[in-house]
Amino acid sequence: MNLLLAILVPFIGAPFVAYISRRSRAASAWAAAGVALLSLAILLPDLAAPFAGETTLQRLVWMPALGLDLVFRLDGLGLLFTLMILGIGLLVILYAHYYLSQQDSLGRLYAYLLLFMGSMLGVVLSENLIQLLIFWELTSLSSFLLISYWRTRQAARSGARMALAITGAGGLALLGGFVLLGEITGSYELSVVLASGDIIRAHPLYLPALILILLGAFTKSAQFPFHFWLPNAMAAPTPVSAYLHSATMVKAGVFLLARLFPALSGTEAWTYLVGGVGITTLLIGAVVALFKHDLKGLLAYSTISHLGLITALFGIGTPLAAVAGVFHIINHAIFKAGLFMAAGIIDHETGTRDMRRINGLWKAMPHTATLAMVAAAAMAGVPLFNGFLSKEMFFAEAAGAASRLSFGWLLPAAVTVAGIFAVAYSLRFIHDVFFNGEPIDLPRTPHEPPRWMKVPVEILVVLCLLVGILPSLTVEPLLAAAAGAVLQAPLPEHNLAIWHGFSPALLMSMIALVGGVLLYTVRKPLFAFHDHMEKNLNARIIFERVMEMLYQLAHALTARLDTGSLQRQTLLFVAAALCLGAAGMWSSAAPLTGPRTLLPVDGVSLVAALALAAAALTATILHRQRFTALILAGAVGLVVSLIFIKFSAPDLALTQLSVEVVTIVLLLLALYFLPQQSPAESSHSRRLRDASLAMAAGAGASALAWAVLTRPYDSISGWFLANSVPGGGGKNVVNVILVDFRGYDTFGEITVLALAALGIFAMLDGLRLPAPLRDAAGRHWDPDTHPLIMATFARLLLPLALLVSVFVLLRGHNLPGGGFIAGLITAVALIMQYLANGVAWTHARLPAHTHPLIAAGLAIALVTGLASWAFGHSFLTSAFGHFALPLTGEIELASAMAFDLGVYLVVVGATLLILINLGLAHNASHAPQKLENTP
Amino acid sequence: MEALLALSIGLLTACGVYLVLRARSFAVVLGLTFLSYAVNLFLFAMGRLAIAQPPVIGAAATSADPLPQALVLTAIVIGFAMTAFVIMLALKSRAELGNDHVDGGGEP
Repeated sequence: MNLLLAILVPFIGAPFVAYISRRSRAASAWAAAGVALLSLAILLPDLAAPFAGETTLQRLVWMPALGLDLVFRLDGLGLLFTLMILGIGLLVILYAHYYLSQQDSLGRLYAYLLLFMGSMLGVVLSENLIQLLIFWELTSLSSFLLISYWRTRQAARSGARMALAITGAGGLALLGGFVLLGEITGSYELSVVLASGDIIRAHPLYLPALILILLGAFTKSAQFPFHFWLPNAMAAPTPVSAYLHSATMVKAGVFLLARLFPALSGTEAWTYLVGGVGITTLLIGAVVALFKHDLKGLLAYSTISHLGLITALFGIGTPLAAVAGVFHIINHAIFKAGLFMAAGIIDHETGTRDMRRINGLWKAMPHTATLAMVAAAAMAGVPLFNGFLSKEMFFAEAAGAASRLSFGWLLPAAVTVAGIFAVAYSLRFIHDVFFNGEPIDLPRTPHEPPRWMKVPVEILVVLCLLVGILPSLTVEPLLAAAAGAVLQAPLPEHNLAIWHGFSPALLMSMIALVGGVLLYTVRKPLFAFHDHMEKNLNARIIFERVMEMLYQLAHALTARLDTGSLQRQTLLFVAAALCLGAAGMWSSAAPLTGPRTLLPVDGVSLVAALALAAAALTATILHRQRFTALILAGAVGLVVSLIFIKFSAPDLALTQLSVEVVTIVLLLLALYFLPQQSPAESSHSRRLRDASLAMAAGAGASALAWAVLTRPYDSISGWFLANSVPGGGGKNVVNVILVDFRGYDTFGEITVLALAALGIFAMLDGLRLPAPLRDAAGRHWDPDTHPLIMATFARLLLPLALLVSVFVLLRGHNLPGGGFIAGLITAVALIMQYLANGVAWTHARLPAHTHPLIAAGLAIALVTGLASWAFGHSFLTSAFGHFALPLTGEIELASAMAFDLGVYLVVVGATLLILINLGLAHNASHAPQKLENTP
Repeated sequence: MEALLALSIGLLTACGVYLVLRARSFAVVLGLTFLSYAVNLFLFAMGRLAIAQPPVIGAAATSADPLPQALVLTAIVIGFAMTAFVIMLALKSRAELGNDHVDGGGEP
């Protein structure tokens, strides 16, 4: 399972790296690099296979009943992306260490970067489409964190939000597309999907699926008309842009196009949609890039343009175009990451990114300038640099496709125009920054950056040259492996030579070069024209207007549906439930009463039922007398526990009884702070309306209960009864279900209990409640707050109660009892002490905080569950054995009892936490009196 | 006997719904308590009624259905946690808003 492990390592490493950065910045850089290297090392054994054209599949059975497995896939395409993600990731980690200032938290950046790295690895190494989508969404989320890294800046926040909105919406569309794809092929696994291209293309759902998937890919890869989030994401720190916005995140979209190429391509819809969008984006990006005065803005639009180029190549759809697309993915990642880093160095050294002010840096930083020039030449597509090779292939494919399409001549024309602009903006990046006179009013005096800050750029630039000059010796094997995986077929004949002889492509390259230089010389009037136009045409403003309208719509809708009145909402809720229930009952032809033999009514039960009815009704009628109503509610609870006893549920009866005590004490404490009486504010008609609704609801519940109770049924409980002793080692089946068969649920439930207690603790923290000194009738509270007799008896009772609770806990596995009940008994016994002796007295003798108790309980339960893993069983499998002890004889020990102990501790801790803190609020509001009466 | 339990469930539901529809937080908490009695009994009734057959191996020849009992047992405890949470919420809102109306308005 090393693929899974390689993906998990960055996720696990992220918090560690963030933590270690508190110690030293260098240590966190080393740790982050170590994590990336570890991930790479884990993958090492599998790296060779893709070069031989093999696909590694690793499967982890997850939910076999639903056919959901975690499946990972490493083929040539995955390998290429893995190398880019980890390789460029390493360079970015090194670079960021020097880029960020001392005030910025390096650990946070690295943690986010690693989260992103893990998500991105997950995208490229997933075999299952749903799994791929989950990682896809994770990349959106982690890129949100990265873009908003400087969270105090408005531009960073709005840029991050925009990126998340666009890519998140695309992710939703993608999910739809994947589901359709799964419906068409009957599987979510890539191996099946890629092999059933013909079925997919012939299916009526092909077009919707294609459009949805393309929406996902286009939003992620910043294709027109979704391109505008990328320039706004430039508010991110430059290492992030170098990583996400050149090599990885934005490549996820084109990765998807490449991945699904065999399944979706080869139709007219594919060619026009993908090719059309690609060409449009290519043109728009190239043109706009020239006019950006912001260094990173230029690079962002250039990235958009290059992504358009790659998209267009996949859109053209020939095998050779796909090879060129993969090649350009590699080349663009290399030179664009280098350019972003160079831009970051310039920004770092001069304090600005405005190219109208940055001029003539050649004198200050010749080394950086040389590196940037090489990378920019690769971006322009100058021969001997890597960008030239793939661009030439693109030109050749565009020229070749021209004859196959109507209006085909438009294609090479548009491509050449884009090439001209690409040369022009690359030239601007070099000339405007490093030459073109003297710098104007720079915030800092520029000089060469620290030595190691340039190393990542140097590595990338050397790669540009190596690939550009010796393609077949360097990149060819990787390209062949990746392109083979894209096509899922033998590779077409291709030749990565620099010189192909005189061809249309060479002519287009020459036109682009010469045209670009000419265009750059006449840039000044063009800039003026553009600055005038930009005010009217800005995608960001349109986006914000659309978002504003959406917000308004949502507000209006919410205001109409939710008036802010709980009573109205509850009324609607109950009425709706009633309507649905009534509709269900009326439409059913089955009789209300089933054929089950019924139990006869006995006198005691009748009396109990009458008592229940009397108490409940009186409590409801007298609900404005709050104290009376509360006592009556307690009586109802007692009858409910009698019902449990009567119908063979001793565990439930014990639980209900102890919970009842705790609840009533709690409500009494709370009632002290609330008005003792409710005002009569409901009108007569309103009470009548509520009463009739309540009666209808009660009648419905009765009818439903009756219908169920009178019908025979098949239960799965036979299995529990049969397996309780052999499988769980306990005779009390209810307890065995709780701590063993359904232990996972119980674990969740005690977690909820713990969370509720902590939530209450947080709510009560610092809460000052106005407490009345007199009761509703104007009488003073009894000054004898802790009567002596009660205090004495409570102290005497404590050891007995604790003994009982231990007894109940221990016998719980075989007889009624268990952790829940024992915990409640202990809690009640301790609460008694608080009530009888006062908080101050008890606090002096008992630990004031029960948080550790809750934590210990959860930890014990968790460790018990995990321990079964150590023995090769699944989570929370219990083990038990019989042991002979001297004196006591044979005793049975089950691991489930340890789990029950955990339950016990959580229940005690949570219950006490809730009540003690409310009691403390009491004390605080009552301080003077307490002092007088403390003996 | 079944009719008696069904009627009790209905009555508790009716009382609960009526109280939940009141305007003051304490009444709503009481209503929720009644509703949770009703729901717990209802869930318990899904296992049908059996007298003197506790689900303990060896205690009786046949046994009541243990599964609904296990579910209801945890439901009772969680119900307590939720009641506690809601009443604290009520206290908090009383402290911050100065009254105990569920919508935060009305007279103190």
